[in-house]
Amino acid sequence: MNRISITAVDIAKSFNYRTIFRDISFSLLSPSSLTITGKNGAGKSTLSKIIAGLISTTKGSCSYTLNKKNVDIEVFKRYIGFVSTYLNFYDEFTALENINILSRIRTMSRQNESRAEEILNLAGLRQRRDDPVGTFSSGMKQRLKYAFALLHNPAVLVLDEPTSSMDDEGIEFVRHIVRQQKKQGILILATNNRKEAGWCDKEVHLGMKKE
Amino acid sequence: MNSLKVLSIILITFTIFAGITVPMVPQPQSIFEFPDIPGLGETARIIFFHVPAAWVSVLGFLISLYFGFKYLRTKEYNYDIKSVSAAGLGMLFCVLAMVTGSLWAKFAWGSFWNWDPRETSIFILLLIYGAYFALRSALGSDEIRARLSAVYAILAGLTAPFFIFIMPRVIGGLHPGAEGDSSGSIPIAQLQMPLNMYVVFFTGLVGFTLLFIWLLNVRIRAVSVEYQLLIKDQ
Amino acid sequence: MNYLFAIWAIVAKDMRSELRLRYALNALLMFVVTSLAVIIIAFQDSELNPEILSALFWIVIFFTAMSGLSRIFVSEEERGTTLVLQLVASPSAVYFGKLIFNCGLTLLLSSAVTLLYVIIFPTFVIQSLTIFTCTVFLGSLGFASASTMIAAIIAKAQAKSTLYTVLAFPVLAPLLITVIYATALSIQGDIWSNSIPQFQIMIGYLCVVVGFSFLMFDYVWKD
Repeated sequence: MNRISITAVDIAKSFNYRTIFRDISFSLLSPSSLTITGKNGAGKSTLSKIIAGLISTTKGSCSYTLNKKNVDIEVFKRYIGFVSTYLNFYDEFTALENINILSRIRTMSRQNESRAEEILNLAGLRQRRDDPVGTFSSGMKQRLKYAFALLHNPAVLVLDEPTSSMDDEGIEFVRHIVRQQKKQGILILATNNRKEAGWCDKEVHLGMKKE
Repeated sequence: MNSLKVLSIILITFTIFAGITVPMVPQPQSIFEFPDIPGLGETARIIFFHVPAAWVSVLGFLISLYFGFKYLRTKEYNYDIKSVSAAGLGMLFCVLAMVTGSLWAKFAWGSFWNWDPRETSIFILLLIYGAYFALRSALGSDEIRARLSAVYAILAGLTAPFFIFIMPRVIGGLHPGAEGDSSGSIPIAQLQMPLNMYVVFFTGLVGFTLLFIWLLNVRIRAVSVEYQLLIKDQ
Repeated sequence: MNYLFAIWAIVAKDMRSELRLRYALNALLMFVVTSLAVIIIAFQDSELNPEILSALFWIVIFFTAMSGLSRIFVSEEERGTTLVLQLVASPSAVYFGKLIFNCGLTLLLSSAVTLLYVIIFPTFVIQSLTIFTCTVFLGSLGFASASTMIAAIIAKAQAKSTLYTVLAFPVLAPLLITVIYATALSIQGDIWSNSIPQFQIMIGYLCVVVGFSFLMFDYVWKD
């Protein structure tokens, strides 16, 4: 198993003349888990996007190592699975097409097409996998996001509001994934839910600044 | 900064005075007389104002490019402030160059605007920077606006020397210095101006440049203060 | 190798999406047909000389491009799929993929306009075919490359379509002037060597725009 670490040093993010958060630091070495908590608007989604390499920081940095060697985020992206309400798929393609097309862009070999069907079944989308994503409910879209995030067996899983739109079955599914990921890689959770926050070992709390 | 302002005022005053009052005669006898360039006559006086305005405008655009580049490297918002201020001043001097140029065109060629390659290229340059400001006003968040306009400032800054220096020389036209104008390309480049005209010309160039630096400084400070106020409000 | 595969996969995705939705193709086709109709009506009895025909040719292509080529990034932004694309692909792969798609679209567009021109205007007889094909080919590529970069820049802005034209026109102006001139030459049947300066400009333009876009795209694409 690969030893992965994510280290954040004094991360700060400003947007639209406002400082959203600052002085955020943590260090994670696999296997470990972190939950990001905070009120609405504290920047939980922003921090999870920063960790997943989608947004840059205003100050500070987030660095990644693989087996003790520093890796650039562009390369490290391949080891990250990301689920968020901000993620959207292509409405005109079916669930299976979305998975296949996107994994082809990620340049995974064609063998993974059977794996795509498998993961869609696992996520509970077997019956709808040939339907355009535009016809999906938000809960099913969430399941598709999980399928896509897990397809390449990511060493790091970043989940922003993990159980949003999920039904009871879905929540069980998420708990199962969370348990798995905590054992074999790094799990990062961003949530408002106190119970979900307790799923992880470490916590980083984003507080609102008082003037 | 104060000495710079005073020097700038002195130099420009000298240029205006000398540029307009020194008489033009066919055979200059003393340093207080300019030669009468055939075909241009009195209109040649515009060279003391029109050309420095154009050069300073390119200077502004290149400075805007530089600060845009620095912003992309460091993500410090101050560089974005400097970049937009320089672009604004570059545009101001570009308009001045265009206006002085078309005034001259009225007297030299009979009409204010002819779509001569040089006129067309400065017009396109103005459109490029107009687009720069349109882009800025259409982008909401400060970070995105700074980043995207820095990229555009670099693109626009690269085209500015092309439009002002290269294109009009390569394509034939009416403007002095265009291809096919055998009476000589820019008198400055070919050292066809006598020494006294050179002196006035370079004084004007330096004076305009100092004026530009002064205006840039004031503009940057003003925008910085606005920005500080905006952040404080949060 | 993986990189090239990624680029191809992005082109394939856009093509597939286009075939399924047909937004861009329909818009472009309608635009071409409408503009040509206006031209025919306006110039019913007049004699159209090579200069005018050449200018009209590229004006139609320019405005059609302005109405359709920004889709490539704007649609991703509007549907919120930019995030997932940022997740799976490197910025330069996205750039080249989108660039190739736009080049294909523009070449298709200019071929269509050429065909329609030949059918509609009897005076549109191209005497120097080599000059014409090279001009249309290089011109289309130049259009596509500048348009792609500008599309990426305006994707996050307000008032996208007007802003797109406002930004793209000055950047495309040198190319426009050059190709109009070269096309006029080709209609008149000029010799190859006379149009070499124009081709130098077209190739130079292409190199500068693609080079610049490649270097700067990371800053535009990544937040």
